[in-house]
Amino acid sequence: MCLGIPGVVQEITDREAFLAVVDVSGVRRKVNVACVAAASELDDLVGKWVLVHVGFAMGIVDEDEAQKTLELLQALGEVAEEHEAMLNSPQP
Amino acid sequence: MKYADEFRDPAKARALIDAINNTVKQVPIPNDRPLHIMEVCGGHTHSIFRYGLQRMVPDTIEFVHGPGCPVCVLPMGRVDDCVTIAQTDGVIFTTFGDAMRVPGSKGSLLQARAAGADVRMVYSPLDALAIAEKNPDNEVVFFALGFETTMPSTAMTILEAKRRGVNNFSMICQHITIIPTLKALLDDPQTKIDGFIGPGHVSMVIGNRGYDFISAAHNKPFVVAGFEPLDLLQSLLMVLTQLAEGRAEVENQYSRLVPEDGNTEAMRAIAEVYEEREQCDWRGLGSIESSGVRFRKEYHHYDAELKFGLVQAQVADPEICQCGDVVRGIIKPTDCTAYGKQCTPQTPLGALMVSSEGACAAYHQYDAAGIDH
Repeated sequence: MCLGIPGVVQEITDREAFLAVVDVSGVRRKVNVACVAAASELDDLVGKWVLVHVGFAMGIVDEDEAQKTLELLQALGEVAEEHEAMLNSPQP
Repeated sequence: MKYADEFRDPAKARALIDAINNTVKQVPIPNDRPLHIMEVCGGHTHSIFRYGLQRMVPDTIEFVHGPGCPVCVLPMGRVDDCVTIAQTDGVIFTTFGDAMRVPGSKGSLLQARAAGADVRMVYSPLDALAIAEKNPDNEVVFFALGFETTMPSTAMTILEAKRRGVNNFSMICQHITIIPTLKALLDDPQTKIDGFIGPGHVSMVIGNRGYDFISAAHNKPFVVAGFEPLDLLQSLLMVLTQLAEGRAEVENQYSRLVPEDGNTEAMRAIAEVYEEREQCDWRGLGSIESSGVRFRKEYHHYDAELKFGLVQAQVADPEICQCGDVVRGIIKPTDCTAYGKQCTPQTPLGALMVSSEGACAAYHQYDAAGIDH
């Protein structure tokens, strides 16, 4: 619940609701990006790595940082747990 | 140092351990105990155990595992409140998976579901809002818990519910805040902490300025840290360097993700939706002044406590539990008489055995794996 997981922003799907599709290690998830981009900056987000906490992007990270974080989460057994939670829950 | 081989960069890990060994020799150590360095966040606790950091550092340093696991500190009475609402006709009850396993005095939400209540695990509070939109004839309740890390997500979900005009949606707000909790810990004369490894993701939201009182009023070093084992070793070295040089400052090891002022948009949403709660109950620590939040008047329509006329259930922690002493650094988990006997991860009595990020559960898990601390 508390550790974020990195993913890559794929596309902006709802500008009013600040929703984007983020690829989190192969799982595509709708994520709110209001904390990391203003309305005018939404398009610049596509292709960037973000740290996702319970469906909200809370920070922009570079790729090296994202990979290190994924390795750590893998070691803690949290990637599978996050994936399971994402796949078993209805999307916004 | 064989364990360092597991690190992404073993040479860097060895260099940090050497520097820690050298620096600690210049730190005045208390006569009756090792130096107590508290990592506040449960994510850090998990990382420290996973990588065996305690056994890599000299005996004169001991990690004290702090209160920063929101699932662990969830009071039984609040779980009972959730179960009561979940059992109400027409309610779809939603929350994070972690929260569903926490036992209250009448069982957990998972057990309530097994007994017929409509309890659903969601990944995000936004998913709970989506359930509300698809089920207009039901009241959908989300159990909102966590420190400032998860607080923006629930605040922004409420703002989104308002924007979309969804009215069959509400939350039980059990959010807690880190600064009053650290204040309460430090104000307790029994607390024995010499320096802090500060939370990374909470600080990503709130920034670093709120911690200034720890150095100014309590003269303790506080270093905000990342989650990787190398981050934690480097942060420990920064704390020790401050102690060796007689400094007490707030430093930021995790500046690549933690801005000094936090996340403006997240803080704006929190301030819009929530206000301070006078008292908040914690499992293991009792009631702490101003350590929680509740909905502002403008958002009372989304407050499940008011919608359901809930009077908060008060359930005392079992008398045998010594969780409060563990998080204050007074005793180690293994010193508690219930540890590993009445209190195990399968049958948790105390807060710190409840979630895998709790200190006692981590001790127990790595004990079972034959790893000493």
